[in-house]
Amino acid sequence: MSIFVDEKTKVVVQGLTGSQGRFHGLRNRDYGTQVVAGVTPGKGGTEVDGIPVYDSCAEAVAATGADASFVVVPPRGAPEAIMDAAAAGISFIVCITEGIPAQDEALFYNKLRRDFPDTRLLGPNCPGVISPGKCNIGITSGDIALPGGPVGIVSRSGTLTYQALHELSQQGVGQTTCVGIGGDPVPGTNFIDCLSAFEADPDTKAVMMIGEIGGSEEERAAAYIAEHMTKPVVAYIAGVTAPPGRKMGHAGAIISGSQGTAQAKMEALAAAGVTVAQNPTEAGEKMVDIVKNLG
Amino acid sequence: MDLYEYQGKQYFARFGIPTSPGGVADTVDEAVARADAAGYPVVVKAQVKVGGRGKAGGIKLAADADEVRTHAGNILGMDIKGHVVHRLWVEHASDIAREYYASFTLDRTAKKHLCMVSAKGGVDIEEVAATDPSAIARLHIDPVDGLHIDEATKLVAEAGLDEEAREQAAQLLLLLYACYVEGDCDLAEINPLILTTEGKVHALDAKVTLDDNAAFRHPEWEDFAGTDTLDEREKLAKEKGLNYIGLSGSVGIIANGAGLAMSTLDVVNQVGGSAANFLDIGGGANADVMAAALEVINTDEAVRSIFVNIFGGITRCDEVAKGIVEALHRVELRSPIVLRLDGTNAEEGRAILADHVSERLVVEPTMLGAARRAVTLATGGSK
Repeated sequence: MSIFVDEKTKVVVQGLTGSQGRFHGLRNRDYGTQVVAGVTPGKGGTEVDGIPVYDSCAEAVAATGADASFVVVPPRGAPEAIMDAAAAGISFIVCITEGIPAQDEALFYNKLRRDFPDTRLLGPNCPGVISPGKCNIGITSGDIALPGGPVGIVSRSGTLTYQALHELSQQGVGQTTCVGIGGDPVPGTNFIDCLSAFEADPDTKAVMMIGEIGGSEEERAAAYIAEHMTKPVVAYIAGVTAPPGRKMGHAGAIISGSQGTAQAKMEALAAAGVTVAQNPTEAGEKMVDIVKNLG
Repeated sequence: MDLYEYQGKQYFARFGIPTSPGGVADTVDEAVARADAAGYPVVVKAQVKVGGRGKAGGIKLAADADEVRTHAGNILGMDIKGHVVHRLWVEHASDIAREYYASFTLDRTAKKHLCMVSAKGGVDIEEVAATDPSAIARLHIDPVDGLHIDEATKLVAEAGLDEEAREQAAQLLLLLYACYVEGDCDLAEINPLILTTEGKVHALDAKVTLDDNAAFRHPEWEDFAGTDTLDEREKLAKEKGLNYIGLSGSVGIIANGAGLAMSTLDVVNQVGGSAANFLDIGGGANADVMAAALEVINTDEAVRSIFVNIFGGITRCDEVAKGIVEALHRVELRSPIVLRLDGTNAEEGRAILADHVSERLVVEPTMLGAARRAVTLATGGSK
């Protein structure tokens, strides 16, 4: 099994007629993903390489039964595109858009929560999700993933998501699903959402988690793992040697306290029983050892 | 983008938030003119983007023009924690009865806006937060609902603001919230927010961080740009749209994505080297951006090798390869490049570079191997 998406997932690409949308949408289809429609307001009735384009998600859903969306729309249009997908009843929305204003993100996150509580948003500013061999929504290069499990991956950083997939695939260890949650201030899906989904997925036997400095999501994930996870977790946190970040006035210091450094995150995870690696390669090696011992 | 105090106050003024009358001065004569206009006594304040100005002697009270001359002369050119003062803000001195604190920022954990208000404002607010957290009243605001006057009124009472200040403070919170939301701030903070002896509430300081992602809908922000004092490399990188931070090591770093760039720094450090910089070329970088990144690094004389670590997703490796080839033609690179290329169109990228591989351009198959090679080259084989 896999989490969030599989071979039955039908995807509408919002922004399919743009250059990025076309490139990645067609790549996702080539991978085997059911890309059933595109949406670009004002371009309904056209098609992109045989994929029908509609003016709105509601039309695309009515015509094709799409249940997931891939938002490849510039920052100005992305909030509207996300709400359009949710209003059409799409239950899983992947938004890769980088550079959406934080005020917009906070607004649509809370709107979705209130008006469409069953809709899951992944991102924005994330690489997407891939269930190897079944479905790839986003910008991950499908050939670096290996089908068959047993590892689930969740990562906050885009390129480190690819690195994690690569390290495992090179060693012959497959993945059930790899989720890039993105590093923006208000991610629609967080570590804990993914960890609990992996914990519930019978085919996922171990989880690799990639975090980075800043915020307190990794610390919260550590608390969750200590309390709820029975499956082994390997973690890597980027940024041990990163230049000190800028401090956001007093308010930032007051709300974040001492949390946020790579060291604090690694300590919290280790204390929760997580195997903590010093670099992506070591994380891959430690996961290979764990998978070997699963029997 | 962090704003200077005077810019923050100018931004506040757009939203009707009351501040003291004052003006900007770059010279002693200008300072006197601003003081004459604001009315004596005045406060002469160093404009630097660092805390602790007052303790460093960068904020002085002046009773008349002579004192303004003395203080402005002393403060201009002063070095405050590595920040040289080039500009002053001169404003009418307020008779302060009480100092409060107010701010809006995003609480990433709650995923809602957070308003904090305290009756114990002033220089030691962070200590108050640490030792007496109950002295700071907090309110989470759902962005869908916004902030309403009854909530603001309740909050200032809860924070223990003086009775006579509450109505004005609550109104000011609504204005500050509008500034924070409509003005696309990551942070809008007033410390201190004062009650004067005449019973007026206004902002004595302004700390504003603008969300760079929202620049597209704020043409007025152009007034704030270009006032930062960056070093030459940082200036060049900014012009090219690169996320660059200079460090002191000898291995130049170029990576795509902040996470991979940070991880590259970590790995270089773990194999015994030190990074000369952090440079994230971002997602979807094309040949131009890659060439520009190499040019920026090439201006750093401490660099002995350049580690280019690319894992293509939205960034296509063939574009990266083209950029490297272009850079090789365009500038004479002083250091060898160690390249690691994986992901989207990696094979096409490697094919483009095949004819250019030499001792000046080394391709390594793994991140760790490439880090070792780059460190070896940077240290002349001593490691």
